Amino acid sequence: MTSISDNLNSPSPTANVHVLNINWFQKQRNGNDEVSLTLNISADLQSMFTWNTKQVFVFLAAEYETPENALNQVSLWDGIIPSKEHASFWIQTTNKYRFIDQGSNLVGKDFNLTLHWHVMPKTGKMFADKIVIPGYRLPNDYR
Amino acid sequence: MGLIADGFDSIRSIKFRDLLTQIITLGMIFSSALIIWKGLMLFSGSESPVVVVLSESMEPGFQRGDILFLHMNKDPIRAGEIVVYNVDGREIPIVHRVIEVREQHGTKEVDILTKGDNNEMDDRMLYVPGQFWLQRQHIMGKAIGFLPYVGYVTIVMTERPIFKYILIGVLALLVLTSKE
Repeated sequence: MTSISDNLNSPSPTANVHVLNINWFQKQRNGNDEVSLTLNISADLQSMFTWNTKQVFVFLAAEYETPENALNQVSLWDGIIPSKEHASFWIQTTNKYRFIDQGSNLVGKDFNLTLHWHVMPKTGKMFADKIVIPGYRLPNDYR
Repeated sequence: MGLIADGFDSIRSIKFRDLLTQIITLGMIFSSALIIWKGLMLFSGSESPVVVVLSESMEPGFQRGDILFLHMNKDPIRAGEIVVYNVDGREIPIVHRVIEVREQHGTKEVDILTKGDNNEMDDRMLYVPGQFWLQRQHIMGKAIGFLPYVGYVTIVMTERPIFKYILIGVLALLVLTSKE
């Protein structure tokens, strides 16, 4: 397999995410909480690229625990990095996918923001990794 | 005279043996193909260890005709993974990325939402009407690796069956006429 040499690559990625604003935060009519965020995401994934890399799929997910669910993973934003030149980036964006809870558990909720990436090779084995950034908290009341 | 008859007999028996050898070779080709396929099934834990990408919904990561290798195990399903799933009442499995996971305490039952990288919307409209989530039983496997272009042959063969018959004919001819 051509992708064997990918194992020799030892990457050193970095990521940073700030929640700039809570745009709105409310309970939907069906009882599920929904929040809209403005995010500032910066990351350097240049070291993920080798000669056998076709692209890197990157996404930011909110991850938290609720009384019902041991794990909630909600993708908030994603993007495709086509080449090494684009692998060091920053972006300011509202969440591209809706941040909705399965229930009404988001008030005052602590959550992690995790930057995941999925390296897609020109041929061979795919691999994935992530950086977990803990310590985010939603407001104590709807707005 | 006896000499000629003997010679004729031996030629006939050689021909007969050649024919037998070829039939056996053919059988061996089919059975090794079957063994490899079944072996892959066991090894990958998935009913269909190899799938061909048919749509453009995962471009530019996966293109039409790329071959995906699948793997299925007891590991939990997580956001970001590319899964192959079957929706009830739909014949063709779909290869898309998991964008949302809800895993219950204790039972470990999961609700999964998927989306094609190249699609605007998530997959809810592909599911059965009224179905909001995929569960574990819908997932046939996770994509772990891929080989570009190779599967294009099968796409051409399903869309233009004539090529299939030509290919089978040529292969059969090759096997039958080849000498060891």
